[in-house]
Amino acid sequence: MSEIEEPAGPRRVIGTPSPAPVAVDTAEKPAEPPLVTDPPNKAHASRAERLVAALFVLAFLAGCGFIAAYIGLEVGSSNIPAGASAVDAAFRSNLALGLALSVILLAIGTGSLIWVRHLTPNIEIEEERHELKSSPKDRAAFKAEFADGAAISQFTKRPLLRRTLLLATVPLALAPLVLLRDLGPLPGTSLRYTVWRKGLRAVTLGGLNPLRPGDFQPGSMITMIPQGYQDDANALAKAGVILIKFEPGQLNFPDRYSGSTLIASMNWSIDNSLVAYSKICTHVGCPVALYEQTTHHILCPCHQSTFDATNGAWVIFGPAARPLPQLPLMVDSDGYLAAASDFPQPVGPSFWERG
Amino acid sequence: MSDEAVKIPKALDGLGGWFDDRFHGARGVRVLMRKVFPDHWTFMLGEIALWSFVILLLTGTYLAFFFVPSTQEVVYHGSYTKLNGIQMSQAYASTLNISFDIRGGLLIRQIHHWAADLFMVAIFAHMLRVFFTGAYRKPREVNWLIGITLLLLGMIEGLFGYSLPDDQLSGAGLRIFQGVLQGIPIVGTYLAFFLFGGEFPGNSIVPRMYIIHVFLIPGLILALITAHLFIMFWQKHTQMPVLGNTERNVVGQPFWPYFVLKGQAWFFFIFGSLAVLATFAQINPVWLYGPYTPLAISSASQPDWYMGILEGALRIMPSWEINFLGHTLTLSVLIPFAVPLGIIFTGAALWPFFEQWATGDRSEHHINDRPRNAPVRTGTGVAAVCFYGILWAEGANDVLADNFQVPLYTITWIARIAVIVVPIGAYFVTKRICLGLQRHDTSLLTHGVEIGIIKQLPDGGYVEEERPLTPEERGKIDSKKVPLALPARGHPDDNGVPAPSSRGVMGWARGVANRAFTETVAVPDGHGNGHGHPDGHEAIEGPEHAGVGAGEPGESGEHGGEEQ
Repeated sequence: MSEIEEPAGPRRVIGTPSPAPVAVDTAEKPAEPPLVTDPPNKAHASRAERLVAALFVLAFLAGCGFIAAYIGLEVGSSNIPAGASAVDAAFRSNLALGLALSVILLAIGTGSLIWVRHLTPNIEIEEERHELKSSPKDRAAFKAEFADGAAISQFTKRPLLRRTLLLATVPLALAPLVLLRDLGPLPGTSLRYTVWRKGLRAVTLGGLNPLRPGDFQPGSMITMIPQGYQDDANALAKAGVILIKFEPGQLNFPDRYSGSTLIASMNWSIDNSLVAYSKICTHVGCPVALYEQTTHHILCPCHQSTFDATNGAWVIFGPAARPLPQLPLMVDSDGYLAAASDFPQPVGPSFWERG
Repeated sequence: MSDEAVKIPKALDGLGGWFDDRFHGARGVRVLMRKVFPDHWTFMLGEIALWSFVILLLTGTYLAFFFVPSTQEVVYHGSYTKLNGIQMSQAYASTLNISFDIRGGLLIRQIHHWAADLFMVAIFAHMLRVFFTGAYRKPREVNWLIGITLLLLGMIEGLFGYSLPDDQLSGAGLRIFQGVLQGIPIVGTYLAFFLFGGEFPGNSIVPRMYIIHVFLIPGLILALITAHLFIMFWQKHTQMPVLGNTERNVVGQPFWPYFVLKGQAWFFFIFGSLAVLATFAQINPVWLYGPYTPLAISSASQPDWYMGILEGALRIMPSWEINFLGHTLTLSVLIPFAVPLGIIFTGAALWPFFEQWATGDRSEHHINDRPRNAPVRTGTGVAAVCFYGILWAEGANDVLADNFQVPLYTITWIARIAVIVVPIGAYFVTKRICLGLQRHDTSLLTHGVEIGIIKQLPDGGYVEEERPLTPEERGKIDSKKVPLALPARGHPDDNGVPAPSSRGVMGWARGVANRAFTETVAVPDGHGNGHGHPDGHEAIEGPEHAGVGAGEPGESGEHGGEEQ
């Protein structure tokens, strides 16, 4: 092998005279000598040729196999025998087609590599490199021609034309931005409100059942949504709440102020044991879905903001900057849990206009 | 010389003639065929990105035949029976359809996804190679900037691509994206409402991401790749510092037939490897995640790898939020969104110009540096890799906590400290290692290579036998070029112009940077030493060779002419 890995060909600079004495008194560049075209070791090359050909034949056979697998292995529940698993059929087809395709591609790739490494002479050639900068003469000529053109165009001599043309293009440049206005409604105050209102019943996300305060045990957490909005993704993305029940005396709502604004002491629990927090993380809006019963910590699985459920959902770790807003609760005339009002503050991620 | 000349078939000859009659191409294409491509394995990294992109275009077109970019709700009844009767978007249903009802659909989907991940890996690897060898230096700064733009476009393209199926995992990612957008000061809510057509999730985002993903960004990427390749072609490729390579030549194998054959082999290898992955390594099994609903989430939600740095940056932040003149500035979102990628992308974009400013070196460079010979650059690059890597790993802190049984908050605290301390430490350690390797090179030049034979001297002492360096080994070591030290502060030149480092605060900073860049291990004069170099000094740079050690007279001439 080693004998063919050494550079076998001559090294020369394209565009310069070859080592042999040639007449250089003409304007034409001397003809470049032809490159060596045969590999140094012919016996080795013949062996390599047979190997490459075998690989190409293998690729051909695998290609036939690919077509056969495509025709022979049906997928989709309507095409396979009743009772057979469509998932298994898809995976079987994937395995067969993928194997065949892998063999085709890798055989052609390997064959091509052996071809270029063992069947061609290892020739290195050399090219001249010139500084990229143009000669001062060319630069000067360019400048002169450009200045001539500018003078002919009158662009420099007639500022009125120049300025009015600029003026004309300003609204044109803004037009595409203006056209983007109707991509969506303006935010307005929509981020401040959810669909919750006084008396709107909370139902479970899973079964859409309303709940009575006594329906579930202390220590449990359940996701609730406003009744009638189960198909409204936009409403759910803001209005989902988690309802948590505590043993009496576990809940503790500290007074917390930001400046002069009371931000977390609103105790809207029922019987001081049942409380509803927004399920939308105040960091970037993931659902805060993990609840640890022993510590009463609510954890956002996305970025691990951790809220203390017994303590006004105060942030105890992670990037969220604000507690989860509390949904004021009441019990309606039929004894079911309902909202006493909308959230007292915007839910979800912070935004500039939030204040 | 060949045994027999290849006879060009008449038909091909005729066709060539037909085109040449019309386009006058014989001369130009002939030059093209002899275009020299220098050879080094790291020059294939960019090519991986190129071929991955070609594969992405091919497989993506196929997927677009079947994918329905709509959030119109349907009730699923199909091959994936576990989701029968479940309400889902057409986007999700059509992705199930591609996976289970189209023969080869799953294979093409998985090749497409693997190719996207490989595309980004290759861009990063290529970028690191270019950085650590200094291949971005004049005249290649524009191509460096195009490359950074391609990396950024690739990230957005990937994010939008994996969000299209509207599954639970990518929907959570989209929610995070929307929440971050909403947090941008002043324009954030408007950006979010315009992109999503109102509140999250709305019905507009999937078709909008689709047209951006299949048309707008691929078009930009294609245009920029074309420009990237054209500039590379026009300026000619850089080459590695080996004997025979100079700033005035390009040594390698010609385009025809070598590069054609090698390119063909490489394309099929990459495509084949992706096919193997798609066959045996399942990726993004959206059917297991279920359709997106805004109130569900799974733990261990990680984005595709190239978005991991943003995820980690979000996770590492303490809960900082300030009220600015009655407005909410949510730093725990804004800092992770803007700072890490800002440091890396802006830093990378400015680096070539910073280096020129600090070293005063405005000359062209076509021979790549060995990383050890540019300690400041190598140290900075390793620091950036550490910074990126720590944030990236923090993006999977829950997975790390689970696998290594370390408390989650402990991991986050380690990352919070490490992301500042480790890059700084890595810079200094790397710089010292580089200088140590330079010292090793110097000892090779002055003493030669130890060959493992120990001789006892007549007086009883021991010496180890050494052999002189081969011309190849010496050529590599001799490729070292150290930037000129700027004149010291307060030293006017012959025309009375004060030294750059005397000009204000910036001048002072430039002086400091220049001292760091010019720190080197000097080689004693006349290192053609007692071990005998029969052919004297075969400089790989020819007459331009700037010897080892700062401030040799031969070097000042090289910079001087370029300054104006």
